[in-house]
This record gives sequence, C-alpha cells and structure tokens, in this order.
Amino acid sequence: MLVFVSKRIGYMVFTMVAVSLLVFLLLEINVEGVAVGVLGPYSTDEQRNLWLEANGYFRPAYVRYFEWVGRFFTGDMGDSVRFHVPVSDILWERLWNTAILGFWAMAIIIPMSLVLGVLAGMKEGSPQDRALSLLCILTVSVPEFATATFFSAIFVFGLNWLPGISAMSDGFDWVQLILPVAVLVTYDFGYVARMTRASMAEVMTTAYIRTAFLKGLPYKIVISKHALRNALIAPFTVILLQFNWLLNGVIVVEFAFAYKGFGALLLEASLNDDIYLIEACSMVAVFVAVATQVIADIGYMYLNPRIRFE
Amino acid sequence: MMKLTETIVPANSKRSALKRAMASFALLRESRIGMFGLFLVMSWVFIAVFASLIAPYDPLANFSPFLKPGASDSKGNIFWLGTDQIGRDILSRLIFGAQRVLIFAPLATFSAYIVGIVMGLLAGYRGGWWDIVLTRLGDVILSFPPIVLYIVIIGVVGATALNIVAAIILASGPGIMRIVRGLVLDIRTREYIAAAETRGESDFFIMFVEILPNARGPLIVDACIRLGFVTITIGILAFLGLGLPPPEPDWGGMVNEARVFALAFPHMTLFPCVAISSLVLGFNLLADGLREISLKD
Repeated sequence: MLVFVSKRIGYMVFTMVAVSLLVFLLLEINVEGVAVGVLGPYSTDEQRNLWLEANGYFRPAYVRYFEWVGRFFTGDMGDSVRFHVPVSDILWERLWNTAILGFWAMAIIIPMSLVLGVLAGMKEGSPQDRALSLLCILTVSVPEFATATFFSAIFVFGLNWLPGISAMSDGFDWVQLILPVAVLVTYDFGYVARMTRASMAEVMTTAYIRTAFLKGLPYKIVISKHALRNALIAPFTVILLQFNWLLNGVIVVEFAFAYKGFGALLLEASLNDDIYLIEACSMVAVFVAVATQVIADIGYMYLNPRIRFE
Repeated sequence: MMKLTETIVPANSKRSALKRAMASFALLRESRIGMFGLFLVMSWVFIAVFASLIAPYDPLANFSPFLKPGASDSKGNIFWLGTDQIGRDILSRLIFGAQRVLIFAPLATFSAYIVGIVMGLLAGYRGGWWDIVLTRLGDVILSFPPIVLYIVIIGVVGATALNIVAAIILASGPGIMRIVRGLVLDIRTREYIAAAETRGESDFFIMFVEILPNARGPLIVDACIRLGFVTITIGILAFLGLGLPPPEPDWGGMVNEARVFALAFPHMTLFPCVAISSLVLGFNLLADGLREISLKD
C-alpha cells in the first residue's frame, strides 16, 4: 500500500517537473517575448534589453528555470501585467469562485448521472437504456457555448426568468449561478452516466449476480446489495477524472456569462499575453488535474476488493 | 473495449475496397440512428460543396444590420435567418461556414490520427525504450487539461490555421496513441504476426500491413467520435476569440462576434449554434451506428 502510494506520488512529481519544463520552454525561453509581454508591444529594443538585463534574463536558461521553480514554491509568481497586482493576489480568489461553480455542478452531475446510469444499466437494451443512450449522445453533441446560447435565449430572452450575466458585481448571488451550472451539468452528465451504465451492465452479466438471482433473492436486494457496490467503483474514477473536461466547460461558461473565475482569468491572460499569469494558471490547472488523478488511482485501489497489497 | 474482429484481410483481397465499403453501408442501413447521423453529416457536406450555388447572398456583403429572420430590406431582399450586426446575411454565412469547419475538423483529426497511429505502433510493437519514452511523453501531455493546452499554445504562437491544427494534433495525438498501443499489444500476440516475423518481413511491413488493418474497427469508431469532438473544440476556440481571424464566416466565430447583441437579437447566435450542434450530433450518431456494426461482426 505504502509502496503504491509513494509510487503514485513519485509519478506526480515527475509529471509536474516535466510539465513545468514544458511551460517554461513554451513561455520563457524566448526572452524577447517576455519583455514584449511585460513592457507592451510599443516598447523600444533598448527598453526591453534594459529590463531583461535588470531582471537577470540574460543568464543561462537552466539557472532561470531553477529560480523560477523556486519562486513558485515560495508563492511568488510574479506580477500580472494585465491586472497590475501580484499574480497570487488574484489567482486564489478566482480559483475559489471556480471551485464554487464546479462544486455545484458536481453536486448535481454525480447523483443525477449515477441514478440514470444505474437505471439504464440494470437492463441492457431496454427502452430506458436506449433512451438514456440517445439523451447522452444528444447532450454531448451540443457544445457548451451552444447550450449557453440556447438557455440564454429561453430563460433570459424568452421568459426573462434569470439574469444573462453572472458577474456577481454586487456580491454573491445564487440566482446568477443557475445558468452556468445548468450548462455544465447538461454537457458533462452524459459521460458519467454512460460510464455508470456500462459498469452496471457489466456487473449484471457476472456470475455472482446470476447466483444471487438463482438463490431466489428479490430483485431489489440483488441490485442494492450485490450489483450497486461493485458497479460504482468505475464511475468513482471517472468522476474524479472529469476535472479535465469540466475545465473545458468552465472556461466557456465563465466567458459566456462573464463569471469571474479561474477559466476566465486564464483566457484573459492568454488574450493579453500576460505571461506570468498564464504560467501560474496553467501550472495550477495541471497540478489540480494530476492531483485528482493520483487520488482517483489510490481511491480506486482502496475501493476495489480485488486489489490488495499485503 | 470492443472485441477485435478475427478476420484477416489479405493484402490482395478479391473484394475491392469499393465492395467492402458497400457491404459496410448495407450493415449501417440496419441502424436507423446511424443512418440519421450519416444523413446529417452528408447534408452538411452537400451544403459545403455547393455553397456558392445554395447561398442566396455573398457571405461578406453588407446589407441592413439587425434584421429579424424572414425580414426584407428596402430593396426587397429577403433574409430567411436575418442579418448580423454589420448587415451580413446569416444564412449565407452559415452555408459558407460549413466549408471551413468541414475542411479543418477532418484535416486536424486525420493529422492527429497519423501521428497517434505511428506513435502507437512504435510503442506497442517495438516496445522497450520506444514504449517507455512515448508513453511517458503522452502521459505528460495528457495531464494538461486540453483546453489549457489550446489556450496557452494558441495564445503564445497566435491563431493561424496551421497553429490550430498543430495544437489539436499535440493535444489529441497521445490519446490516439494510447488506443492504438492497446490494440497493438493485443494483435501482436496473434499467429499471423508470428508468421510474418518468421517470413522475415520488416518491422515497417508488419506494423502497417499486418497490424494496422486489423485494428481498424475500433479506430474508425473512435475517429468518428473524435471528429465530433474536434469540431466542438474548433468551435469553442473560435467562440473564445482564439479561432481563425474574421471576416471569413466561421460558426464559432459568428457566435463570438454577435454574443454582445445576443440578449436583444438571439437569432444572431442561435442559428450558428444549431448548425454546429447538428453536425456534431451527426458524427456522434454515425459513430453509434458504426459501433453497433462492429459489435455484430
């Protein structure tokens, strides 16, 4: 167990090192680009060289890389050119807003897709199974920005029930959270539901379920005591690994509804060549992705009785 | 993972490729969902090919702005889907926009497949260091949330057609590699591979002539799903303002440009969204039909 956990954490460290190298190479190896990013496109060559000299950019790349990583560990991620504040001042606040959005989306996606997936997977090929499959294909075919557009047209333009902008400019307002969460749920629940369905359908074909039926146990007991527990192991991993895909939707939704979250921050940083902010955002995003992956692996091992390390 | 077909396709098969395609089509006809998907996709292909004949107006010409669907301007031109904020006919832009998406999405997916297949074959068949290095490299790239990869790369190198295709290859190549590698590890244990090795065939021949054709079933289904996903990705990038630059018509871009007016004139964003959704739905339904066929064999 300990060996397994330390192996996974070792893998995580390796990935983060590789990713940090990649991000550094992509964004900082071209020092001219950094200077243009910080000083703006209208700065002169002389100004850029002075700035680069003053900030130690003419030292060898590996020295700068280690210094850059070191500063990351102390929480110093440079200043945002776009917002004129230290990156860490703005990053954590935006990350928190996105966490709220993601939490509510997940709080709806998980129960909804588990219930639908189990209902469909109980009887493969049944009308309810076919209906769920079709519904899932339909929802994953509509991109998040299209769902956002459709929902806005109906609930904002047509019925005038909900606000079309979720900027939360007068403090937190849960009404403004409804549309962004609804869009995320619509796009993402289908995948988890399909995985749950596949897992449930597989469990239903196993020998121990047949045995349970042949023993004469009632249908309800077989489903709830024998099938469900085993069928929910796979969706657990899928749910944790949803993070990468959820972020896709989060960026679109935050942009569409002007929600002040992490995704919108990354996009704004990228559109404005705010190099330090891009670096910080992408490192944080990858860290969360890799960390959830490790948790998923460890959790899967813990949940699956067939894997045990003595 | 679906079961691989056991049938071996001899290199000099008597059945021509056309006949085989016809046979697959006959199978697909049994799946109503698959046929509907094919119909959606082929409709858009038809529209894209004959865009200049179908489109009522020049997609870049300016008429009166903010016209509602079905309205006409003072000269009596009718705009069935209305006009956008600078007076361009939305229907014509949708029709010409189909050309762009139907060129770039398949191009990007196909290129990603070439890269992914070569990497997967090398990792799976050569094994050893090839496997370790390629798999690790793939893991590192896959640990990025894809959208972060797109935003960072396109933000740094700029939004040109080539860069967008390159970013899609980089982001989806490792995923395809994983699938191909898994299939190769299964196929390489078959007798016909051992036979080919004994005959002294080159690695290149074994990988591309013996292994690849026998892995095609699951790959075709995956390619179809991925095509839908790449279409969405290209749309999202354009929606976020990281797509190909205007004024050429682009579905995602149309939504991006008109989104500030969407609360007053929803038709400007609604129709491009319907267009992209129907195309992706077509790809996904087609993939579902193809999957049914591959399970039947």
